[in-house]
Amino acid sequence: MDYSNKRRQFIKGSALTIASGAFSGLLPRFGNAQSSKIKVGFMLPYSGTYANLGVGIENGFRLFVQEKGGKLAGREIEFIRVDDESDPSKATDNANKLILRDKVDLIVGTVHSGVAMGMVKLTREAGILHIIPNAGAAAATGALCSPNIFRTSFTNWQAIYPLGKHIYSKGQKTAVWVTWKYGAGDEAGEGFKEGYISVGGKVIKELAIPFPSMEFQSVLTEIAFLKPDAVACFFAGAAGAKFIKDYAAAGLKGKIPLYSSFLTDGVLDAVGTDAEGIESTAHYGDSLQIKKDKEFRIAYAKAFKMQPDAFGVQGYDSAQLFAIGLDAVKGDISNKAGMIVAMENAKIDSPRGVWTMSKAHNPVQDIYLRRVVGKENKVIGIAHKALADHARGCKMT
Amino acid sequence: MEINSILIQLLNGIQYGLLLFLVAAGLTLVFGIMGVINLAHGSFYMIGAYLAWSLAELAGSFWVGIAIGIVLTIILGMVLEVVFFKHLYRRDHLYQVLMTYGLILIFEDLRSVLWGNDIHGVVIPELLNSSIQLTENLTYPMYRFFVSAVCIAIAIGLYLTIQRTRLGMIIRAGATNSEMTQVLGVNIKLIHAVVFSIGVSLAAIAGMVASPISSAYPNMGTQVLITCFVIVVIGGIGSVWGALAGALLIGLADTFGNVFAPEYSGLSVFILMSIILIWRPEGLFKRSYK
Amino acid sequence: MNFKITTRNLLVAVLLLMLCALPLFAEKFYVQLFSKILIMGIFAMSLDLLVGYVGLVSLGHAAFFGLAGYCAALLSPQYEAGNFFVSFSAAISICILFALLTGVLALRTKSFYFIMVTLAFAQMIFFIFHDTKIGGGGDGIYIYQKPLLAISGITLLELENFKTFYWFTFGWLIAIYAFLRILLQSHYGHALGGIKVNEHRMRALGYPVFWYKLSAYVIAGSIGGIAGYFNAIQFGFVNPENISWHTSANVLMMVILGGMGSLHGAVFGASVFILLQELISNESMLGSFASHWSLMMGFFIVAVSLFLPNGLTGLFSRGSKK
Repeated sequence: MDYSNKRRQFIKGSALTIASGAFSGLLPRFGNAQSSKIKVGFMLPYSGTYANLGVGIENGFRLFVQEKGGKLAGREIEFIRVDDESDPSKATDNANKLILRDKVDLIVGTVHSGVAMGMVKLTREAGILHIIPNAGAAAATGALCSPNIFRTSFTNWQAIYPLGKHIYSKGQKTAVWVTWKYGAGDEAGEGFKEGYISVGGKVIKELAIPFPSMEFQSVLTEIAFLKPDAVACFFAGAAGAKFIKDYAAAGLKGKIPLYSSFLTDGVLDAVGTDAEGIESTAHYGDSLQIKKDKEFRIAYAKAFKMQPDAFGVQGYDSAQLFAIGLDAVKGDISNKAGMIVAMENAKIDSPRGVWTMSKAHNPVQDIYLRRVVGKENKVIGIAHKALADHARGCKMT
Repeated sequence: MEINSILIQLLNGIQYGLLLFLVAAGLTLVFGIMGVINLAHGSFYMIGAYLAWSLAELAGSFWVGIAIGIVLTIILGMVLEVVFFKHLYRRDHLYQVLMTYGLILIFEDLRSVLWGNDIHGVVIPELLNSSIQLTENLTYPMYRFFVSAVCIAIAIGLYLTIQRTRLGMIIRAGATNSEMTQVLGVNIKLIHAVVFSIGVSLAAIAGMVASPISSAYPNMGTQVLITCFVIVVIGGIGSVWGALAGALLIGLADTFGNVFAPEYSGLSVFILMSIILIWRPEGLFKRSYK
Repeated sequence: MNFKITTRNLLVAVLLLMLCALPLFAEKFYVQLFSKILIMGIFAMSLDLLVGYVGLVSLGHAAFFGLAGYCAALLSPQYEAGNFFVSFSAAISICILFALLTGVLALRTKSFYFIMVTLAFAQMIFFIFHDTKIGGGGDGIYIYQKPLLAISGITLLELENFKTFYWFTFGWLIAIYAFLRILLQSHYGHALGGIKVNEHRMRALGYPVFWYKLSAYVIAGSIGGIAGYFNAIQFGFVNPENISWHTSANVLMMVILGGMGSLHGAVFGASVFILLQELISNESMLGSFASHWSLMMGFFIVAVSLFLPNGLTGLFSRGSKK
């Protein structure tokens, strides 16, 4: 009895101490120490399926800041991280932490489209600078575009649109489209069909697998009976790895060529030789003959003891874009309008090649054609030069 | 639609169903005998896949890796039973749901600490790395037939163990009346630990055997978990044959859902479950031990 | 009823006053955080009615939460504010309808089956919104402007104001608490308690047990819907993940934390759960260890389910029931 009372008191006491520390903002605040640091808030996946992608983006961003001596436009940068867990139901709560609790000057996020859409809801209303370093949902720089929101990656449409023309140019006139049934897959599907049909190709069937199922046998069987000239698909990550392996195991590899956008990124170690020869279109790839890319790869590998990927590039470019804005206003972050103008007119010297910002705030960039050779997504040409997204419904264009 | 194509889809559905059965069997066993709902069951599936990957690399052989992996998961099952699960047998399902939900969070985090967040492919062992030509451009990998064979062998093995062996007799007795069994001089605690670790290793074996097809990746357990629960509910909790029937039904529903009604294929599994529960609220098979 | 001035009553009064005055001194973030707590408190109370008072463990309560949220979103026009009364009553009606439909089926089953059937129904709703374009699929859907609480053109409350929104949800929490309190003390409530203890006896005594259960399920569902409606309009974003089984498991955790069968406990559980989550994922407090928040949360949940079956209120209340 005595013991348990003490235990209770202890628990009460320690709970109070911790709580009062964490929730000091609940109490009236007197005096406000103005920090001269610029606060950058990362809202990225640090746990779960996309954790590596979040880390890659953060590393890329930090690498650029390090190269500038830890300062942008003469001002020190402070980083604050929030794990978005790739959970859209927590997206608004998590974004609110950075916007209101931590009062960051820039919010960088995120990978998952649903989470990014939740963030956009709040950043649009708050007018805070927001850079999307990956999520390809069209609406963020389309119907919901906003002066304070920029994207440094791609739209799902943009990355795959040039693919159709390439497939048709090889004399493959019919194709089957396969995807996961979700937003990104639908958008990529529109991009592929638009590109392929416009040059005369015919999509004979669209197949879809419920998200996040990875049982592909049924669609592979259908493909085998449909006998199209080509198969184009949109899967990424673990699903991409499994699709590649199942496609090869079903004996379709070598008979019906498989194409995609991001299918082969980050999975080549996992799939072995099954991916050999798969061609895809994307905004980045390996063996790019660009000086900036070689320097970037060496610097990244040195700083983080691992090889960079597209996510590192997107993070790096996010920092570049922000730095251009800050430089234009000489570090005066309160001059948001000045920053936005500079960022809109930015010309980013990226490892992926030089790109500019569209009026809707999405990159206008070269889309590369890549082929899997060994453990590389080797760039074999440019599928579309300086491609801009439609930005359907955006009022800024 | 060609008849051949339907036959091959039938094969796909059965093959997928058998794989699901392997995961669901452990779930229904643990529930049927100990009355424990284990949401963390899917995590064991994931652990199995990661073990197969890391051990196969370490040992240099898929088969040696699996053998070591089975031993490790049996030990893991025993430890978990003693530390966590044995406290839950007499408690309301509510606490079982919660505790095992907590365990999912723990296992996911430990997985990221131990094995990282990458996707890892497991190489198909040389012996089975061939395929059978089905049509002019479709082949069926031998390894998938092997997986199906393993699943059927385990189903039969489970049935024989439970119905025909002394251990099975004690297990059945313990499930019906654990006090009485204990009075008769049976160490029921040990039996529980054994059954639980069999359940864990069944899920892990499923993960290991499937790993050359599925790869090992974060959160792979949660997806399979919900499907397995549906299977167990359809089949009738605690029934091994029920789990088999349920798994085959779900495998077929998923496959033909994708073919004939791709717009609603995500729903097909749940619609099937609703229909069966309206018809038979206790599932297709009654519990076979009692 | 007569209220005695005891330390306990005084404490409660002080706490209520402080909560009421919170928007007057706290920063916007914390006012919104506490709005969230109030909303989840309503949600937890609704589940507690099922779990704590009728003994029905549901792992699909998020279905109501999400359905009402989607209803709020789909009935809000893009360029102007929707009518609160219309979208609110529509959302609750949908929840009642869904509760009736699924309740009739789910209540035919018991214990484990009930848990799984409720889970499956919630998953069905999840897939409907995830796989179709009704509500924007996996990317979710926006409510651009909070619904307007107005009668014949006169605005009653400005919900866009975060302080007003807080007080409005606070009012709802109090009202729902009072409603459930009265309900549970009525003959009906006692009958529910009887069903929880011994269903067969209640049936033998001539109670239409099924209808009692179904009505409780419908009430719980519609209150869960109220919580979902407010959750949706607070930040104006609804996503299929609102219906995921994680949401259902989390609210179950809140109920346990507060101690089952205690309405204020459910609210207390919700606040502890949310504040704890806020705390352990806070990098400025815990450094890089915060990215292991799920490990800490996992151990916390395991510990509570093993050692605190009566929740935290069981820990704090002196001379607990045992």
